[in-house]
Amino acid sequence: MSSPEVTEPGRPEEIRAVPVRHVGRWVAAAIVLVVAVALVRSAATAPGFQWSGVGEYLFDPRVLEGLRVTIELTIIAMAIGIALGIALAIMRLSPNPLVAGGSWLYIWFFRGTPVLVQLLFWYNIAALYPKIGLGIPFGPSFVHADANTVIKPFTAAILGLGLNEGAYMAEIVRAGMISVNEGQNDAAQSLGMSRLQTLRRIVLPQAMRVIIPPTGNETISMLKTTSLVSVIAVAEVLYAVQNIYSTNFRTIPLLIVASIWYLICTSVLYVGQYYLERYYGRGASRELPPTPLQRLAALATRRREWS
Amino acid sequence: MSTPMVLAEGVHKRFGRNEVLKGISLEVAPREVMCLLGPSGSGKSTFLRCINHLEKINSGRLSVDGELVGYRQVGEKLHELRESEVARKRAEIGMVFQHFNLFPHMTALENITCAPINVKGVARDQARDRGRELLGRVGLADKIDAYPAQLSGGQQQRVAIARALAMEPKLMLFDEPTSALDPELVGEVLEVMQQLARDGMTMVVVTHEMGFAREVSDAVVFMDGGVVVEHGPPSEVLGNPRHERTRAFLSKVL
Repeated sequence: MSSPEVTEPGRPEEIRAVPVRHVGRWVAAAIVLVVAVALVRSAATAPGFQWSGVGEYLFDPRVLEGLRVTIELTIIAMAIGIALGIALAIMRLSPNPLVAGGSWLYIWFFRGTPVLVQLLFWYNIAALYPKIGLGIPFGPSFVHADANTVIKPFTAAILGLGLNEGAYMAEIVRAGMISVNEGQNDAAQSLGMSRLQTLRRIVLPQAMRVIIPPTGNETISMLKTTSLVSVIAVAEVLYAVQNIYSTNFRTIPLLIVASIWYLICTSVLYVGQYYLERYYGRGASRELPPTPLQRLAALATRRREWS
Repeated sequence: MSTPMVLAEGVHKRFGRNEVLKGISLEVAPREVMCLLGPSGSGKSTFLRCINHLEKINSGRLSVDGELVGYRQVGEKLHELRESEVARKRAEIGMVFQHFNLFPHMTALENITCAPINVKGVARDQARDRGRELLGRVGLADKIDAYPAQLSGGQQQRVAIARALAMEPKLMLFDEPTSALDPELVGEVLEVMQQLARDGMTMVVVTHEMGFAREVSDAVVFMDGGVVVEHGPPSEVLGNPRHERTRAFLSKVL
């Protein structure tokens, strides 16, 4: 493709006008700059931050072990949430009122109570159901075990976070499925596809474009919500730093350590979400948006052309 | 006499309290091309959708190639068909929509091979070969890897026709296939349809293209208010309509 700067014979020359001065914007930019510098300066110089302590504990093995648990919890809880969400969303769109109603009731309950309360419930499940068994409903059970040995704190955390997430994901998935044009269903069915095939091959891949951004949000939110399970003694990253500062009282640097790890993880998730959105956006517009790397490369070549 | 490809006897269809089809009776012979004309809201598209059971009829009898649509008759009683049986029958009927309804997340070739691979169990390579051949037939051999958004309306509709043909249907339904197209793109789609008619495909076409109806179709049906007003060869219905309503409609569209 030729660059637009090339002047053809007979073509009027490019307009080079004096740009308008945006005084208001400059003032706003100056204010932002002053505030930012003040904040950075105070953070860097205030002794309370104890940056040396941050460096000391950032890679502490106990913190890293907590980080591993945080990431593990996030992944497992989100996996349960997404699988459950898809199932609940499909149930909710079922023509059978009992199936749809069951899904509605689930969402109503798990969205309507705080996740912290749910976590405490799972943690104390043994008080509610001392024995847990597997068998025929209202009939004999084949295996049973003591609830306290089956539902360990980590299991309680996964159940609490995953089941709660399922309710939110169900609404996200349902919104995505509704957003797909009715004509897509017609076309798939007229080709002889079953309801399930239509869902899997046609509706869900298109719904993904609507589902991914809020799911990214949910994942980021989940990463931070895992900190709640410190109350049921699961040694994730917040629990780990709390454990350390409860003995040495270096509260602030250790909380900063936890915050830094949370920020690093959410940043990684941002990048992942960007590429996932790009993948599922294919076919939605004529050209895929450039990746940040491609954008950088384009900028560099343009700079070269100008100079 | 051979079995009619489509046989409708007193077909009624209601949406809530609104009766859209009020007793449609007509017959489409194998290899016949029938055009359904009529003002919007006359029930043409609904009738077309009934033929492959995208809509359920409320009364009357509707059969394709000698088999009832959506039901099985045991003695006096009608039994609803299972979803998988309905799907199997739909797979034998191709349908082309006004708004193309291509799958936007698939390339042109993937659009065409999706159903043969997943519904009919055709081997992937074989489906792709056949897909390329079909795209060539509709004049889009160079657009194999294009996504629908990268194609013009006329090109999209031609891919949609190729997609329906990939299932090797015995009957093709067209629901206003050119109504959403720019005037200059209508011709390329009609040309493909004309070729299809020449190859002997049985076709039911809802259209406002009078030229196509006159030149390509064997029979023209004029519908209004959910009933068939006039039915006959194009020369009669279009050239010498007997009903006032047909005459009034034709004078506006011709």
